[in-house]
Amino acid sequence: MSVATSDTSLTSCLATGFIDPVLDGQASFRAAMWALSRPGRVEPIAAALTPPAPLNPEAAALVLALCDYETPLWLDPALARVPEVAAFLRFHTGAPVVEDAAEARFALIAEPLDMPDFFDFAQGSPEFPDTSATLILQVEAFTGGLVLEGPGVQGRAAFGAAPLPADFIARMAENRAGFPLGVDLLLAGPGGVAGLPRSVTVKEG
Amino acid sequence: MNAHAVGGMPEITYNFAYLDEQTKRMIRRAILKAIAVPGYQVPFAAREMPMPYGWGTGGVQVTAAVLGPKDVLKVIDQGADDTTNAVAIRGFFEKTARVATTTSAVEATVIQTRHRVPETPLAEHQILVYQVPIPEPLRFLEPRETETRQLHALAEYGLMHVKLYEDIARHGHIATTYAYPVEVAGRYVMDPSPIPKFDNPKLDDCPALQLFGAGREKRIYAIPPYTRVRSLDFEDHPFKVQRFAKPCALCAATGVYLDEVILDDKGGRMFVCSDTDYCNGRQVAGHRGEMAAPVGEGA
Ligand SMILES: [Zn+2]
Repeated sequence: MSVATSDTSLTSCLATGFIDPVLDGQASFRAAMWALSRPGRVEPIAAALTPPAPLNPEAAALVLALCDYETPLWLDPALARVPEVAAFLRFHTGAPVVEDAAEARFALIAEPLDMPDFFDFAQGSPEFPDTSATLILQVEAFTGGLVLEGPGVQGRAAFGAAPLPADFIARMAENRAGFPLGVDLLLAGPGGVAGLPRSVTVKEG
Repeated sequence: MNAHAVGGMPEITYNFAYLDEQTKRMIRRAILKAIAVPGYQVPFAAREMPMPYGWGTGGVQVTAAVLGPKDVLKVIDQGADDTTNAVAIRGFFEKTARVATTTSAVEATVIQTRHRVPETPLAEHQILVYQVPIPEPLRFLEPRETETRQLHALAEYGLMHVKLYEDIARHGHIATTYAYPVEVAGRYVMDPSPIPKFDNPKLDDCPALQLFGAGREKRIYAIPPYTRVRSLDFEDHPFKVQRFAKPCALCAATGVYLDEVILDDKGGRMFVCSDTDYCNGRQVAGHRGEMAAPVGEGA
């Protein structure tokens, strides 16, 4: 390998990826898989990564596990304004970072309070609803205050995360109303990931 | 394609679970979307696998994409762990992923299956991977993929109901006994793969995650845990599973799916559990059917 070692940002990228890309990728995928299978249940995700701030290790693990050159990636302004974040993600995944939210298969959102409308992202088509975007939201804590119903939930489940926008329940209701179209959410916070697929119904707890 | 040819050479290292990482990521993304839209068939770019299509390459690719080193894998074919197909697939993952394997439905974390759902109730931490030959439940009504996709998009399932009702008119009941169509989470009509309709109720509200892989047709679909799965039927002809006249001849189980076993050329036969792990477990626990070996002679 003739990598230019004088490039310190590249060296730091190399140092902070998955230790074992095959097994760490599998484990991170499994966390995402169970998270979307059991909405609201926080699945542990190994957070051994040290990505550039404000990207959190859990969100970084999800992107490294799921993204590659086939998945255009959108970064919210808080992440986009730090060039090291895009450099880190490009280096480890090869995913093209796009400016138009509608083109993204994955969106990474560090500041959920300021996130765009769900309809700014790909919703999928009636024939191919799988072509919708997956939104990865960074949260600071998993809390309570919401109640979930739907596939993957036995009866009802309590859930909450912070921060989330004040109109979150209304946004999720609108997303659910469009089923089978709509976006799917992965919430990445301290040590874990929770899933809110488009099939879930979110209510006040 | 040469996994078998190089199998005897210890210095050859496989990619974990055979597939390359890019292919696994593509399949994993398809699995996540399949979970988010229960019962919808997600297209994926299926890869050539070192086994023929009839051997469940779709299921194998799904298993390869989910499997981790701590998993315990069980593979069943028509309820049995010891058929050529099941043994080959189990051997494939022992070799390429070095995972532990088992015949126990309780010990397994991932169960790949062809044509049956285990009798042992599944648990929350388990993943059931179905091998699917024909994923499209509307195919026999409409051969064109573009048209069936439209029908699913519009939830236009009237044709399917007409077909089932014609069955009733002709036979007095719905004649379909395998791959009996289901409605998932109140939206998509789905083919549960060629399991006997006896197994359909096990799909409903199941604590485990159910994933379906069709290799030749390149489709993945899913039923999340605790999801409503309803077998299509009519008010005046409700869905019914078949009942067996006698218990299992080996373990005396009732309410399980039985296979007919021919004993001799004079017409002698017996009915035994199709799920061999379940049947063996019951025999070990002391249950004895009318044809079981007397106690002391072993199962
Ligand atoms: Zn039996």
